[in-house]
Amino acid sequence: MATVLDAGEIGRALKRIAHEINEHNHGIENVVLLGIPTRGAFLGNRIATFLGEIAGSVPVGTLDITLHRDDLRLRPPRPLLPTNIPTSGIEGKDVVLVDDVLFSGRTIRAALDALGEIGRPRSVQLAVLVDRGHRELPIRADYVGKNIPTSASESVRVHLSEIDGEDSVEILAGA
Amino acid sequence: MDKHLLSINDLSADEAIQILNTASELSKISDGPMKKLPTLRGRTVVNLFFEDSTRTRISFESAAKRLSADVINFSAKDSSVSKGESLKDTAQTLQAMGADAVVIRHGASGAAQRLADSGWISASVINAGDGTHEHPTQALLDAYTIRSKFPDLKSDFSGLKVAIVGDILHSRVARSNVLLLTKLGAKVTLIAPPTLIPVGVVDWNVDVSYDFDSAVKDVDVLMMLRVQSERMADSFFPSEREYSRGYGLDIARLNSLKESAIVMHPGPMNRGLEISAESADSHKSVVLAQVSNGVLIRMAVLYQLLGGAAFTGEVSA
Amino acid sequence: MEFTIKNARMLDGAIVDVEIANGLIKNIGSGLNNGEILDAEKNLLIPGLVDLHTHLREPGREDSETVATGSAAAAKGGFTAISAMANTFPVADTAGVVEQVYRLGKEAGLCDVFPIGAVTQGLNGNKLAELGAMANSKAQVRIFSDDGKCVSDPLLMRRALEYVKTFNGIIAQHAQEPALTVGSQMNEGIVSSKLGLAGWPAVAEEAIIARDILLAEHVGSRLHICHLTTAGGVDLVRFAKARGIQVTAEVTPHHLLLTDDLVSNYDPVFKVNPPLRTQSDVIALRKGLADGTIDIVGTDHAPHPTEDKDCEWQSAAFGMVGLETALSVVVKSMIDTKLMDWQTLVNRMSIAPAKIAGYSKHGQDVAKGSSANLTIVDTSANWIVDRNTLASKSKNTPFQGMTLPAQVLHTFLNGELVLRDSKIIKSGIGGSN
Repeated sequence: MATVLDAGEIGRALKRIAHEINEHNHGIENVVLLGIPTRGAFLGNRIATFLGEIAGSVPVGTLDITLHRDDLRLRPPRPLLPTNIPTSGIEGKDVVLVDDVLFSGRTIRAALDALGEIGRPRSVQLAVLVDRGHRELPIRADYVGKNIPTSASESVRVHLSEIDGEDSVEILAGA
Repeated sequence: MDKHLLSINDLSADEAIQILNTASELSKISDGPMKKLPTLRGRTVVNLFFEDSTRTRISFESAAKRLSADVINFSAKDSSVSKGESLKDTAQTLQAMGADAVVIRHGASGAAQRLADSGWISASVINAGDGTHEHPTQALLDAYTIRSKFPDLKSDFSGLKVAIVGDILHSRVARSNVLLLTKLGAKVTLIAPPTLIPVGVVDWNVDVSYDFDSAVKDVDVLMMLRVQSERMADSFFPSEREYSRGYGLDIARLNSLKESAIVMHPGPMNRGLEISAESADSHKSVVLAQVSNGVLIRMAVLYQLLGGAAFTGEVSA
Repeated sequence: MEFTIKNARMLDGAIVDVEIANGLIKNIGSGLNNGEILDAEKNLLIPGLVDLHTHLREPGREDSETVATGSAAAAKGGFTAISAMANTFPVADTAGVVEQVYRLGKEAGLCDVFPIGAVTQGLNGNKLAELGAMANSKAQVRIFSDDGKCVSDPLLMRRALEYVKTFNGIIAQHAQEPALTVGSQMNEGIVSSKLGLAGWPAVAEEAIIARDILLAEHVGSRLHICHLTTAGGVDLVRFAKARGIQVTAEVTPHHLLLTDDLVSNYDPVFKVNPPLRTQSDVIALRKGLADGTIDIVGTDHAPHPTEDKDCEWQSAAFGMVGLETALSVVVKSMIDTKLMDWQTLVNRMSIAPAKIAGYSKHGQDVAKGSSANLTIVDTSANWIVDRNTLASKSKNTPFQGMTLPAQVLHTFLNGELVLRDSKIIKSGIGGSN
């Protein structure tokens, strides 16, 4: 087990992402952040807080993708997690999806489907804390906290103080 | 809940709340123009109805379709099926068709459990009403409706006072609701003439009253059951008028309820017998919400049963 | 044919040799060696069991049982006499039908089959059958019963009770008030309320028992109550006997062991008429059988084909097979629980029923000069019930998979060995297992 990001590094990475979102979209007037539960939702809130300091208040919500997963049959049924779309909606907005780890890309594929149920944004962007590679779909992130090369058998654990009591990212060796 | 939903007893309180929570999340997605969710794509849900019940069948059908399941409606009315043997034959046909879930409505108590236990099929079985036994999805949608009207309840219904009025003896809705509401902590009172109360009610963890007016004073939820007029022919009560006077919800009784109280009915209603038209249409009535919540609950149940890895049940001959 | 049973254990514990000749016990002693030798290996020798309540289904429902297959099941269960209930198709309500059943029993030759005659024509409950003709037929019918249905008309019941006095007959009543059991599916109580199955109240049975006891007293006739199932019924019979009324009562093995909570999974193998009752009823029945309030055990062996049980509860047939498990279930319920000893079991399952029915060659103590209707039981054996090894044509046993005590090893019918080492040995019969 190796810690690849500590609390300070996570904070700086998220702050940098907030700056990049602001720059890339020429301000935040049309931006909506949607975190993918569980940890993406907390990251979305944190980025929104940073954006608030940098550029002003930005609508933030959550988007559960469980019903759109393509691996439902591989595991026992999962409880649905909250979907909270900001009252401003997503129609015509620049939606930034926020997740903790980008791996195969299947979660994001499901998120794009779930988003399609709700409305038609002007653009959809992706922010992740960690990109560990091994994509199985043509998906890339617009904002990356840290690229961490891994082997497929390793796993990446993101801990956030909101539910895990501390901030850190670790790599665990495969079985 | 394991592989089947046959009785409320198949659910722990946590699992029941999980279903209500899932339905809540689904309701947020369903607000506005609802597209199909891909969740159960490629799965086959069979509605096997041995009794007519258009509203229940449609509710399950739209739930399954919203989750992109393939739906087959199989109607086999009791009249054409004199021997239970045909339940077995029908089940084996469904097995051959590759059903993943069978939603069964049957006039015989225990038919759903027989289907599940018999080894005739490997599909998940959902009880959509079996004789005078249970109707678990009705109880779940009722609990969901109650919670939506009393949002403080969340996962614990203690403090909630519920009265269920009418033909308890023959009501599968009452049995499932008693099991679920008491499991969630609510205090339940059954109100009916003694002829319509089962002898085993002592074991039900409920209060029983023969007097409507004294028993409903402080209830939060008043659940009226359908009373079938053939019960009168069997002398369960002397006349419709006498029943209505003693146990019907007329406008005076409606007005005597607490301001915050709600009135429920599983439908179809006998207006003028167990409930007056004014009561059925009053602002306290949540009958229409019950209907629309039915789809959400059935989606949630289908998701819980079919939304994960397939169970590997052995099928015996 | 002469036989000597070596090393038989008598009820008093003595180990003896028993010599059999011409259908009788010729001698009891030691060092006997005449004829064919069967070593009982110190297993228990008792008079052959007698059942007053057997459904053999022939004529009419040979798909579920025949007189021959039912006789084989009886012999395997240690019975040397069984009584074929009248609810066949056609109903055994004429001399012709009872003689046919009697003849089929003789042909099978595995146990004595005594037909029971219907009380009313076609079991319809409104007109007496020709009881005298059946009594005077070759079958010599003495027990009359509409079993499966209750003789619910009190006047007709009174007439029947009176009428059979002319030939010392007895009416065996299936006590079930029909108006209280319309559509009934199981015992009315906690379990039926939970399962939503229409209840079958104890009072439906007890009301008829009470009425018929009083009728029997009034007309001075013999009354037999079939398959008692309720604590209240036991009390009523106790009351009647204390009053000197000529009433006898019967309990089935399954009502001594099983309770209504078994219905909880809706498996129709537990569907039976009268229904399984509660634990307190079972306790009262056991006590009543032990103290003699209940005179006999009757199997109510009720075979049904698979399709009549392989369905939802409501559509399923009522009944359980019981001949092959009866002795073991009574041992489990009554002897293993120390409520009864083997002598009392023999009284309840052989001596008393033979006496009630007047089966003179059955139910005799094992003694010199008695008829050689005998069975030998391994009282220390345990066996697991497997429905596929039953000799009965039907497999609807509620004891499937259960481990039961006591195994019937050998059965003699009128001096002939029909069951050896738990296998039917009479040629051409009973090869189904």
